[in-house]
Amino acid sequence: MYRYDEFDHDFVQARVAEFSDQVQRRLAGEITEDQFRPLRLMNGVYLQLHAYMLRIAVPYGTLNGKQLRMLGHIARKYDKGYGHFTTRQNIQFNWPALSDIPAILADLASVEMHAIQTSGNCIRNVTADHFAGAAADEVADPRPYAEILRQWSSVHPEFSFLPRKFKIAVTGAERDRAAIQTHDIGLHLKKNAAGELGFAVYIGGGQGRTPMVARKIRDFLPEADLLSYCTAILRVYNLYGRRDNKYKARIKILVHETGVEEITRQVEAEWQELKDAELKLPDADIRAIQAYFAPPALTDRPDGDAAIKLARLDSKSFSDWLDQNVVTHRHPDYAAVTISLKGIGEVPGDASDSQMEAVADIAEKYAFDELRVSHEQNLILPHVARADLKAVHDALVDIGLATANSNLISDIIACPGLDYCALATARSIPIAQEISRRFASLERQREIGELKLKISGCINACGHHHVGHIGILGVEKKGSELYQVTLGGSADENTSVGEIIGRGFSSEEITDAIEQIVETYLGLRLNPQEKFIDAYRRVGPAPFKEALYAGEAKAA
Amino acid sequence: MKILTANRLSDGIAVWYADGGWAETVDHADLAHDKAAEDRLEAIGAKAYADNEVVDVNLIDADVVNGIVEPVRLREKIRAAGPTIRNDLGKQAAKQATRAA
Repeated sequence: MYRYDEFDHDFVQARVAEFSDQVQRRLAGEITEDQFRPLRLMNGVYLQLHAYMLRIAVPYGTLNGKQLRMLGHIARKYDKGYGHFTTRQNIQFNWPALSDIPAILADLASVEMHAIQTSGNCIRNVTADHFAGAAADEVADPRPYAEILRQWSSVHPEFSFLPRKFKIAVTGAERDRAAIQTHDIGLHLKKNAAGELGFAVYIGGGQGRTPMVARKIRDFLPEADLLSYCTAILRVYNLYGRRDNKYKARIKILVHETGVEEITRQVEAEWQELKDAELKLPDADIRAIQAYFAPPALTDRPDGDAAIKLARLDSKSFSDWLDQNVVTHRHPDYAAVTISLKGIGEVPGDASDSQMEAVADIAEKYAFDELRVSHEQNLILPHVARADLKAVHDALVDIGLATANSNLISDIIACPGLDYCALATARSIPIAQEISRRFASLERQREIGELKLKISGCINACGHHHVGHIGILGVEKKGSELYQVTLGGSADENTSVGEIIGRGFSSEEITDAIEQIVETYLGLRLNPQEKFIDAYRRVGPAPFKEALYAGEAKAA
Repeated sequence: MKILTANRLSDGIAVWYADGGWAETVDHADLAHDKAAEDRLEAIGAKAYADNEVVDVNLIDADVVNGIVEPVRLREKIRAAGPTIRNDLGKQAAKQATRAA
């Protein structure tokens, strides 16, 4: 993985010193809240309902054991014993004292981590496929390009005060696991007919109150042109993006209002000015960054098949976990493992200090010291020898992280909602917990099959409800929480925005409604292989509306 | 009725104005029954903000239930108690501990 060079170390240390000084001056009353607020946000410090919140960047979701152990340490020493992994592959702590934040940032810097650009109207953490470097279907590892973008965008003077925040995602496979079409810029790393690497470029995707699927503006951008082309996009956005209304300030609105043909023309024109200048990436520089992401030396471990066969016979829970949470690796003797942070009835994305430390141990012992945070709020061990899977499973059982529900209905994305968030209008987590408990039976969940359920506690859509196969949006209506259901969303290579199915449900009704939707699907699917999203696309909303609301229409 | 709430600058913890100071629980917050009292609380909040004691100062609706002050809106109830999903966190944690003891 990427290691800081001298410049990176100096840069992060200088920022820790600068922000520590700003915190001291704030606590001493030398600067006002109005002056301090933008400074703290630039360093990931928010104020929420109960306390401050610190959001720490996990660049493209990649971290090692030492870093995860440090996050566990921070949870224990400065917070309340847990952290929350987010849909942007980051981690948040919900209770840090402002006076402790300089010490936290110093601890983070000691393991090459920071909280820079995790808030504010700048280019945020660049996200990537959580199976990057391991996936069997990958053309190339997208993370070197995400790292190049990180270096380019960190305190970029031209792009530090954009009209609004800006999010970039990169995938290196046809199967999109990074939700690139829901980002301001989505990059699909691929090869052209000549076998050269480059990107399909999408712009203007986003969720929030105006969900939009990104539009492809270039089918193949040579890798050397990555920074010049992204600069051209950002320049057009920075110049023409709206600053008069924060709800219309994202690039998706600009793309929509300008038209994709015209904005493509503007970007291409700007790019012509930039493409042969200093932003062209020298091949040697790309290879140098790629070298940091060189895969671990995976020695052949042909003993895996026999070991797994035996272990399956021995343990049903292992067998279930293997079927659900373990995916094919590009090396046949290895696998990538999803560590579910969605135990039945638990808070999606939360991990305790001791769980973080134990997972760090497992990564060091069995997974070449590599870990990922997925945008679906789980942890990933990208490289595990199949021969070691049983040992990894058993170690995860010991810490309560072996729930075999990856991609099933209880693998729910949920934002923090009104339990923590100052912007939320309704709670998300208790709804996720209740649905998870209702569908507690893994046998039932497997029978239902792949189903992505996503919950947001306000229209900002941090819980990605627009692109859930089933999406739930919590709002406040007449002083109570009301939950609106959308169906048919998806965030993969066939991204779509879900449709509102009808009137919302109270917190007491919502789980029954979800169960009704699931039962309706089970009743109409052509066969067990037809996934929920495929069945919905075939039949549309009508049967679901009928199931949910027909009684009301008759009663009325 | 209104009460005055904010978050303490140094640690961000939710606090309510009570008895001439900032209390860590809402239970006995000073109540404003009329516009003049609301203005008084607002002025206290503005001064505390200017003095860098607290941030995010707000006047919020409250009722008195069994002699204890309770915020009206769910958002404020959650601020006053802690996350509804973790009884061991926030203000409710201390009450839980007292009950257990």
